[in-house]
Amino acid sequence: MNQDEVKHLANLSRIELSPAEIETFTKEMSAILAYVGQVKDIVDGGVSKVPTVGLRHNIFRKDEVTNTPDQYTQDILGEMPKTDGRYMVVKKILNTDT
Amino acid sequence: MLTISELRKKFVSGELTPLQVFDNALEAIKEKDGEVHAFLEVYEDAREEAIIATERFLKEGDSAPVLLGIPLAVKNNILIKGRKATASSKILENYVATYDATIIRKLRAAGAIFIGATNMDEFAMGGSTENSAFGVTKNPLDLSRVPGGSSGGSAASVAMGIVPAAIGTDTGGSIRQPASFCGLVGFKPTYGAVSRFGLIAMGSSLDQAGPLTNSVADAELINSVIAGLDVNDATTIDKDTYVVELVKEKYTFGIPTKFLADGIDDDVLKTFNEHVESLKSLGHAVVDIDLPLFEKGLAAYYIVMPAEVSSNLARFDGMRYGLSVEADNLLDVYQKTRALGFGKEVKRRILLGTYVLSSGYYDAYYGKAELARGMMRDELKEIFKSVDFILTPTAPTPAFKIGEQEDPLAMYRQDIFTVPVNLTGVPAISFPMGKVQREGIDLPVGVQYIAPHGGDARLLSVAKKIYDDRL
Repeated sequence: MNQDEVKHLANLSRIELSPAEIETFTKEMSAILAYVGQVKDIVDGGVSKVPTVGLRHNIFRKDEVTNTPDQYTQDILGEMPKTDGRYMVVKKILNTDT
Repeated sequence: MLTISELRKKFVSGELTPLQVFDNALEAIKEKDGEVHAFLEVYEDAREEAIIATERFLKEGDSAPVLLGIPLAVKNNILIKGRKATASSKILENYVATYDATIIRKLRAAGAIFIGATNMDEFAMGGSTENSAFGVTKNPLDLSRVPGGSSGGSAASVAMGIVPAAIGTDTGGSIRQPASFCGLVGFKPTYGAVSRFGLIAMGSSLDQAGPLTNSVADAELINSVIAGLDVNDATTIDKDTYVVELVKEKYTFGIPTKFLADGIDDDVLKTFNEHVESLKSLGHAVVDIDLPLFEKGLAAYYIVMPAEVSSNLARFDGMRYGLSVEADNLLDVYQKTRALGFGKEVKRRILLGTYVLSSGYYDAYYGKAELARGMMRDELKEIFKSVDFILTPTAPTPAFKIGEQEDPLAMYRQDIFTVPVNLTGVPAISFPMGKVQREGIDLPVGVQYIAPHGGDARLLSVAKKIYDDRL
């Protein structure tokens, strides 16, 4: 793994990395990947098959309202970094300048 | 510290009150925790609940709920309504939970009093509690050493004698390894036995909550309160999901001798062998077993876990809750918030998880790891046809020195015996098997008993006989 790959991963992960972090992670990731790559030995050495679905699947709960109106609204709004009345404020995602 | 059942007797007889125990605990925190730093926050206002519990015992006596007046410490990745739930991360430094986790609701209904939030490795990623954004926790038995992790604060709070029990979470050994390092009992139930609703997710297919206690009976009691089907967690199991393994008088124990051949501290191995001999003298059968896939389990774990971490932690975007760093555009808000909010180990695992899930490498890593996981389950199923329990030391070493493990891979190897349990979803318990001496100090080391899926009751029953009845 090289520094450009680590930068690409950081971009995919939405994490800004410092040059020092990029350098350290590049070294460490190569060592870790070499180690976890052993997993191939398990699968290639045995009979590989499709992973089984868990014993319990397709679990649904009743389609009913379990809270009263506004029961959690103020608490949840209170945790938001930026609000406008009952709305959360976010950055615009469309660039209208071009 | 008295056990929960001892406290209960004294509460019923009136020899001791919940208020006295609560006040003593606060006093002990002031006296001892400055140095150890097990607690991130102490809920002094919970004293009101101790007063109410004291009054209730006068009226209700032995008919009071099973945990009435018992003070508990709670790992800070478990949501308690109105309290900060930080997961020891800067990104959640000021986050206040808006609801109770299911296990909190159940413990509250059983009368427990939450006395404080305990320190942990950030988002439960680590085995030493050194990865907390709010400072390390020290091992109360030797302040130069780590208490283990990631539930290190919970373990230290019990080991200091402040509380009789604490709640932790276990994704790859995070209850069992700190229990081993601090001389406690730590129980990781069958995956799905305990609801994960209201736990800050790390690896959703691996996480389970459980108790850290001084006796197996106490672990059993707390587990009986928190376990059960939950409509808010679709992975919870009911009593018919697995065949329940019945309790017997004599058992067959499997020892994976080859797996234990290298990488274990000599003193730990010697203590383990002595423990195995003591089982023989109790009339149990001990057989040698081969677990070739388990030896490679760690590799599969460090693919599956970071993959789930990278997905679960994608929710921390600086928009809805938690830290938000102001910037010119949306992408910069994401990148700067996560750069400032996450610590080094968290970033490392998110990057690793993103890599193993990326389209070019998915089959080579994540796909293979999931296959390996299925094969490990099959291997285990086969072994459990001939043995009732599998035994290993809980960790390859006693508690290590703070700052000693700098290489991430060396730190990951701490988990070699505990992660196969989470990968396959079976239950396991750690309890002290003896002590090893380091620099003139006796350090406890734990033994791990692993049972088949649904073997929780049998596991607790045998551990009770062997550990609680040891004297």
